[in-house]
Amino acid sequence: MKKTRYISLALFAAGIVACQLIFTALGTDYLLIQLTMSAYYALVVIGLSLLMGYAGQISLGHAAFFALGGYLTAVFSTNQLQEVVSHEMLTRLSRIGIVYSSDAHDALYRLHPALSLPTVIIVTIIIAIIIGIPILRLKGHYLSMATLGFGIILYRIFLGTKVFGEADGISNVAPFDIPGFFPIGGESSFRVPNYYFAWFLVIIALVLLLNIIDSRVGRALRAIHDSEEAASAMGVDTGRYKLIVFIISALLAAIGGFFMTHYNAGIGPSEAGIMKSVRYVSIVAVGGMANLWGCLIMGVVLNYLSLRGYFGSYDDAVFGALLIAIMVFAPNGIFKKEIFDKIRHFVSRIPCRFSK
Amino acid sequence: MPIFEVENMCRSFGGLKAVDGVSFSVESGQIKAIIGPNGAGKTTLFNLIAGSIQPDSGAVTFKGADIYALPPHKIAEKGILRTFQNIKLFPHMTVMENILVGSHRKMRAGFLQAAFPLPWTYREERDAREKAAQIAEDLGIDTLLDTELANLDFGSQRVVELARALAGEPEMLLLDEPAAGLNIHETLQLSEAIRKIMEKGITILLIEHDMSLVMDISDEIIVLSYGKKIAEGLPAEIQRNPEVIAVYLGTDNA
Repeated sequence: MKKTRYISLALFAAGIVACQLIFTALGTDYLLIQLTMSAYYALVVIGLSLLMGYAGQISLGHAAFFALGGYLTAVFSTNQLQEVVSHEMLTRLSRIGIVYSSDAHDALYRLHPALSLPTVIIVTIIIAIIIGIPILRLKGHYLSMATLGFGIILYRIFLGTKVFGEADGISNVAPFDIPGFFPIGGESSFRVPNYYFAWFLVIIALVLLLNIIDSRVGRALRAIHDSEEAASAMGVDTGRYKLIVFIISALLAAIGGFFMTHYNAGIGPSEAGIMKSVRYVSIVAVGGMANLWGCLIMGVVLNYLSLRGYFGSYDDAVFGALLIAIMVFAPNGIFKKEIFDKIRHFVSRIPCRFSK
Repeated sequence: MPIFEVENMCRSFGGLKAVDGVSFSVESGQIKAIIGPNGAGKTTLFNLIAGSIQPDSGAVTFKGADIYALPPHKIAEKGILRTFQNIKLFPHMTVMENILVGSHRKMRAGFLQAAFPLPWTYREERDAREKAAQIAEDLGIDTLLDTELANLDFGSQRVVELARALAGEPEMLLLDEPAAGLNIHETLQLSEAIRKIMEKGITILLIEHDMSLVMDISDEIIVLSYGKKIAEGLPAEIQRNPEVIAVYLGTDNA
């Protein structure tokens, strides 16, 4: 089991490298942009797979966490910071290095990068706890309703608040600039390192999640999924486990949103929208719920196709249709032996049909 | 000195007093059975002890510590594990994984240690698997370890549930009608298994309808009727107790 995991990881890493080499060689390395963005979306998807597939707790509001990470860092690194903090305060904070001004003429104050990511992480954890404690007591439809409500509330907040740029969102977000490291942003000269950075994050997250799944904790989560009553009778603190998984998945979403916003140099309210949440859920469903690899691969493929515009203006409709189709025809996802058996069976009967 | 004591436990559902002032105690290493007609409040009493239902009033002590109204996982942590009347296993996991969930309280790895495993976490996992395999062998289900639970017959599922509880090394075991739905042959195997568990010094509290099994294995018996304890004593005494006979068979002047 351990061995096959390392082989899968090695193959996956090889695939990432191969994509970069091929696209660069063909001179189509603009395709790496969508692959980098797909990687950030994939972070949300694998976190949601842990929450939904393994622990059995649905969330129809995960886009809100993605947007939360993005919006916070967008505020921290644009003029929007002056909307919430007075100029005097900013000058004082800049003296002790908490905020800094990158441009003497523009007087653009930004939160120091060493502080912005930790702040986003802490705020996300706090919000996930505040939301998670009451709603994770709910089950099934009630839980999906509550997470849906949470998503809608955050969406409306982002859409209606001046600091968050209202309907326009926030643009001109500076790259995430750690001294001595290449900037995480959309500059074309750093396209390749950014691509590798995004996938490095995904692989780290994937390894950590795979470790969790293959452990006492992972078993406890699957036990909660099957029977909360029996799990707690065996000593599993079900409330605590569900909350921690909710926090982990919220964090992955927020971190994805954080880097995506720097990469895209901006974020808009549609990232928090309900259709985005539905999209994540449908990707997890297609990937097979309790199947991190399946969810990761579908997350990359579907987001890539969507970002390249293959679904045109029917983008959301495609994901909705996909969700319906998967629930009807392959509720266990498409990476299941029975699906391949069905296809093989179907294909093997084709010659018979012709011979008749 | 009893290991486990229940005092004046009460719980009503609406106007119905499901458990009405029940008190009893269990000595260490004893098998105590709770019997009574359907609806007497046996399973409610079990759920109150195990924490899955909140009591209205009463007191419960285990090894001298107050465990009254604790949530189920805390009760399990104290060393009281249970089985369910209508088997509650994890259908999407293998038999091995089901048993390993039982070991949960005996293992330490949390989220952080799971995400960043150290040598001791691997050792812990390996030891737990060995122990689970040993328990499965003792109960005669070692050939089923890799089978997904949903594919198991009913009798084997009962045994897996017992194995899961044993994997947690309980000091007291609550068995809720372990023989329900078993045939004569399986019931015999079950009583054999319970005897083996008793030999390990595990205290057992048992709800059972199968009278031959109860009379055969239990040290003492409590009889419940309409939520109240109406008799307590040795099996032979209970069999002769007129009140118990009246409850089970009805009286002439009823």
